[in-house]
Amino acid sequence: MSFFVETLVGGLLAGVMYSLVAIGFVLVFKASGVFNFAQGSMVLCAALTFVTLRDKGLDFWLAALITLSVMVALGIAVERVVLRPLVNRPQITLFMATLGVSFVIEGVAQIVMGASVHELDLGIVDTPIEIGGVQVSQFDLAAAGTAGILVVALSIFFNKTRVGIALRAIADDPQAALSIGIRLQTLWQIVWGVAGFVSLIAGLLWGARQGVQFALTLVVLKALPVLIIGGFTSIAGAIIGGLIVGAGDSVAEIYLGSLLGGSVSTWFAYVLAVAFLLVRPAGLFGEAPIERI
Amino acid sequence: MTTSQFLEVDNIEVLYSQAILALRGISLRVEKGSIVALLGANGAGKTTTLKAISNLLASERGHLSRGTITWHGEVTRKLDPADLVARGVVQVLEGRHVFPQLTVEENLLSGGFVRRPSRRALADDLERIYSWFPRLKQRSGVRCGLTSGGEQQMVVIGRAMMTRPTLVLLDEPSMGLAPIIVEEIFRIIRDLNRNEGISFLLAEQNAHLVLQFADHGYVLENGRVAASGSAAELAGRDDVAEFYLGTAAAGASTAEPIQTPGI
Repeated sequence: MSFFVETLVGGLLAGVMYSLVAIGFVLVFKASGVFNFAQGSMVLCAALTFVTLRDKGLDFWLAALITLSVMVALGIAVERVVLRPLVNRPQITLFMATLGVSFVIEGVAQIVMGASVHELDLGIVDTPIEIGGVQVSQFDLAAAGTAGILVVALSIFFNKTRVGIALRAIADDPQAALSIGIRLQTLWQIVWGVAGFVSLIAGLLWGARQGVQFALTLVVLKALPVLIIGGFTSIAGAIIGGLIVGAGDSVAEIYLGSLLGGSVSTWFAYVLAVAFLLVRPAGLFGEAPIERI
Repeated sequence: MTTSQFLEVDNIEVLYSQAILALRGISLRVEKGSIVALLGANGAGKTTTLKAISNLLASERGHLSRGTITWHGEVTRKLDPADLVARGVVQVLEGRHVFPQLTVEENLLSGGFVRRPSRRALADDLERIYSWFPRLKQRSGVRCGLTSGGEQQMVVIGRAMMTRPTLVLLDEPSMGLAPIIVEEIFRIIRDLNRNEGISFLLAEQNAHLVLQFADHGYVLENGRVAASGSAAELAGRDDVAEFYLGTAAAGASTAEPIQTPGI
């Protein structure tokens, strides 16, 4: 039993890491309806920039600050240069554009900062500690704590601030938002800036976990089932979806892995996602459209 | 010609997608403090005229291909829709475009942001709206998508009022609503006009109703002004009713027949 609990807790905490990436998607999707495939590249770019600055001997906080500015600037630039000229185009066009952006960011980041694998040390000791008879990784706990703070901050931002309400208004009906004087472009820039910030957090934690390397961009693929399960428009959904995927992955690996010959965790999340698409396409917390009859 | 101190639309043409000519030279003016009705059947160009004035055509791939619109003597062509809202021109879109996932209160608040008011001023404005639409106060915490059609129409009018406009472009406020609700909404419009001095340019198909409230009216047909005059004048003319009811071949018996040249 304690083995099961340990597996479950480990999985849940790992799932939080997926949630961090998924939150970046949710932000942009909510405000502009764009599925930003470049989110993964932004995560890589953030981690790579941070590591490079640290290697040059910069102080931790200074490096974090510079990386943050780079990421916010990158987010705003993508909105300004790529997406703004494509306003009112079909969704698929916007999606393809972000796909292109992801290649450009990956390429440029690696030309400028090199393609070798870096180690990233955040100064968090990764020794397991025992809580109530269950071994828990300290690093995972720190990541979960960070995600928790991020979620609370973002939900206050979206529900209590004027910018947040305006962003939700745009998500609901851009034409109506325009008609009452909400400046779409300014707000899109803000949301892309925030997405840059979120990708910094995700980049640092993922980079510290896996090492900073090209494969970091692939976390996008793992964020996809998280989004489908949790719902594309809900930050809370991104967290719950992450927890489900994380827990599902690790429990399935242990209990189904032996029956099916291993590596269940590589596909289990996608099977879950397909099941959700069949039963509840808006996701657990996604905003099911309100339809008047 | 003289430039009006208020809204002046001078001989405008609107093209959609560089190909479809929706307005073929419309001129009209709204005087400060008046209610002006824009009448016409479906597709006559009422909505396009309003969107041309509020600069909302761009999001539908439309643009002003000829003519000018001036607001307080300023040509509006280069202005962002938000700039126009800040200058006091706000449009209430056809079909009750509420933000369905936002609460009634959030919907109303969103209209106030353009002026960047203090927290205090925003709360005061909200109370002002609630005093006009007491029903919205009871529903303040409900997500707007779940409210009734009449309530939604009140929300979008209230939301527009939150921008503190001097001219409201109101598109088909009666569409799909029960007659008793329509009466209520028109009474509120009249009160806003009398007590707050807000001007309205009202696009409506329900000519009989709107001419009771308006000072002046324009009848559009096929993207042109087919007739205009004071509300009483228009209400008295038989041919105006024909535009809507189709009792005769529409436009065939107009007092000012319009020759349609080929384009």
